[in-house]
Amino acid sequence: MGAGHAHPLFLPGTSPVHRLPSEVKIVAAFIGVVCVVATPREAFGVFGGYLVLLGAIWAAARIPPGWILRRSLIEAPFVVLAVLLPFTAGEPRLEWWGVSLSEPGLLGAWNILIKGALGVLTSLTLAATTPLRDLLTGMQRLHAPALVITIATLMLRYIDVIADEARRMRVARISRGHDPRFLWQIGATARGVGSLFVRSYERGERVHLAMLSRGWAGEMPRLTDDVPTARHWRLGLAPAGVALALAVTGWMTV
Amino acid sequence: MTTTAVSPSLLVDGLAFAYPDGHQALFGVDLRIERGERVALLGPNGAGKTTLALHLNGILTAGRGHVAVGGLPVEKAHLREIRRRVGIVFQDPDDQLFMPTVGEDVAFGPANFGVDGPALRERVDAALATVGMGEHRDRSPLHLSGGQRRRVALATVLACEPEILVLDEPSSNLDPVARRELAEVLLGLGTTILMVTHDLPYALQLCPRSVVIDDGVVVADAPTRELLADAVLLRRHRLELPFGFSLT
Repeated sequence: MGAGHAHPLFLPGTSPVHRLPSEVKIVAAFIGVVCVVATPREAFGVFGGYLVLLGAIWAAARIPPGWILRRSLIEAPFVVLAVLLPFTAGEPRLEWWGVSLSEPGLLGAWNILIKGALGVLTSLTLAATTPLRDLLTGMQRLHAPALVITIATLMLRYIDVIADEARRMRVARISRGHDPRFLWQIGATARGVGSLFVRSYERGERVHLAMLSRGWAGEMPRLTDDVPTARHWRLGLAPAGVALALAVTGWMTV
Repeated sequence: MTTTAVSPSLLVDGLAFAYPDGHQALFGVDLRIERGERVALLGPNGAGKTTLALHLNGILTAGRGHVAVGGLPVEKAHLREIRRRVGIVFQDPDDQLFMPTVGEDVAFGPANFGVDGPALRERVDAALATVGMGEHRDRSPLHLSGGQRRRVALATVLACEPEILVLDEPSSNLDPVARRELAEVLLGLGTTILMVTHDLPYALQLCPRSVVIDDGVVVADAPTRELLADAVLLRRHRLELPFGFSLT
């Protein structure tokens, strides 16, 4: 089932990874991330293993590594904290090119960086091979709370409608000579945000009426009945099994 | 209380309603629509048209009087069946089309009413084919034109196989071609239709009978052509044919 409109993290394709049912991929990604987090930070080689595993999945899904690495820049703001750690953490310290660095700080920074990066790369791999709509269907089949699914489904539909409305309001403001350049001129924009909220709220009420009118009783109906087979699970969970083996290796060797 | 061949599609009897803030919107409305009839509901802004429409499927509940659809009274006990029988197409398709794709939106209603599997797929295909939107099943409603959205909104309701279609301003924001295409679809349906509108020529084109409601009561109920030719009546209730139109 197509999502109808693409999102920037999705790379359309027909690879075996793309074709796997979404709930299988969600479970596999979750296990993968748990394994990464549970791996001791000193097991440097094991983290290399995780990267190779992800590389193999990208190859199978025909995702160019550059495509996914560019999107992983989203992690950058979180890296700032990690960069500070080697300078601010405690003893023992070591000298490197005349700079005094903290040894536990360096390890801490490595821990945050590598686990964060692997987590982001795993999520991006999931997002690249699964349309948003299918992610929601998968969550629903995995028994995520009905209210969360309803909110996310409606958000998926209305985010563009609301963005359009905001754009129209901005054009209307500019057309009447509004040209905010300084902070004290931001009043009209702020009121615009307020009225956008009110409009969206009213739309929410109308949508609710429309949903009730078509028999909505608190839960999104399940619209697909294709259930993942044992083969899907075996195929999808194989990388998760490798990740588990890597994590165990990490614990045994450190 | 059972559906019989003689029950009208819609029976409204002495319906009165006041909003919680005390504003009285309806003062005893009587209306009977037979199966297969197409009726236009006319009236100025604030006359109570939308309030009446929301009573038909039990979104609002009568302060006094009662409503029955195909012989089944609109009561809490059978609200689900009532909502299947009354298909409301709202004015703004963006309010009506809330699912990520056209196909899922059309499936939403029947799925809620217990249809699933291949039967659900058939319903969706049939409804989309009726409005000529079969090839747009997997698209987002966001990427459709105004006329296409309106037709999909109609399909979402047709898929529930309603006893009566209630259309709220179906021609608003449509260009002339989309307007004609929608009219052709509606005329081909054969379903009972109640059309709330300000668009008098559209009422004339689609509905042999019209009902005028003003200040919360029915003030006229007559063949549309006859009613629109009564200039005095139209003026009294703030109704007006567009420039250049006249009926005799």
